[in-house]
Amino acid sequence: MSKIVRGMASILYPLIAVFGGYLVLHGHLTPGGGFQGGAVVASAIALAVVAYGSGLYKKGIFSGFESFGLLLFIALGFVGMSCYFFTNVFANTGTIVLFGQVVSYGTTSPPFFSGGTVPMMNMAVGFEVVGGLSLIILALAQASFDDETEVEKEVEKEVGL
Amino acid sequence: MRRSVAFVGLLIVAASLLYAAYYMRGFGEPEHTAMDDYFINNAQNETGASNVVTSIVFDYRGYDTLGEATVLFSAVTGVLVAVRRSLKRGMDVEKGMDAKKDNGGDGS
Repeated sequence: MSKIVRGMASILYPLIAVFGGYLVLHGHLTPGGGFQGGAVVASAIALAVVAYGSGLYKKGIFSGFESFGLLLFIALGFVGMSCYFFTNVFANTGTIVLFGQVVSYGTTSPPFFSGGTVPMMNMAVGFEVVGGLSLIILALAQASFDDETEVEKEVEKEVGL
Repeated sequence: MRRSVAFVGLLIVAASLLYAAYYMRGFGEPEHTAMDDYFINNAQNETGASNVVTSIVFDYRGYDTLGEATVLFSAVTGVLVAVRRSLKRGMDVEKGMDAKKDNGGDGS
């Protein structure tokens, strides 16, 4: 792509990624969540792939993200097996590390470390969605490597971009 | 003939939809409110998450989200299997391009 697209992408790419991370991390407090935030982060990766080409990322790390996210999600479901599958055992326990701060009805500015397994599952699903959607984007971008892009690269080389 | 049959069918469908719309209850007044009231009143206390939608998606309806995640996983697997052949070819071409780039030196 041209220098203008590359410059704008390198400015916007971190902002979009940070916004996606915010959507994932604050999914239990504000609108958003794992799926939405993961899709936003994957769109940032799609922007980078469009601007800089599909050789920018290795697929292995996203494959790892996806498997790690799904396994973490299932593991968090099994954590509550002392009661039943998907029990929110960490909620309202009072421990800050396990997101256990107590939230009462009608709280307008809730604490961040609340929600028990809900924010953890948000992060797990965020990992999985980032990995999955980025894998699809990368696979389609690398598979659709055809003569057109080759010609484009040749032209870029000749012009000296 | 076919057009008139389609027109009569359209009239029947439009009439039933208008009938249903005329007798529909007002917006925001559901018939059964027991479950909605329960979620609104107890979700914050029970799950500790202030976003009630997220607490439903990840706590009360955790199975459903597990299914969604599994659907996404199998969709990604299906895409990777479907493009496997051209993916291999594209990566070979790209490797060739990279080798050329290393030899020739990149301008940027």
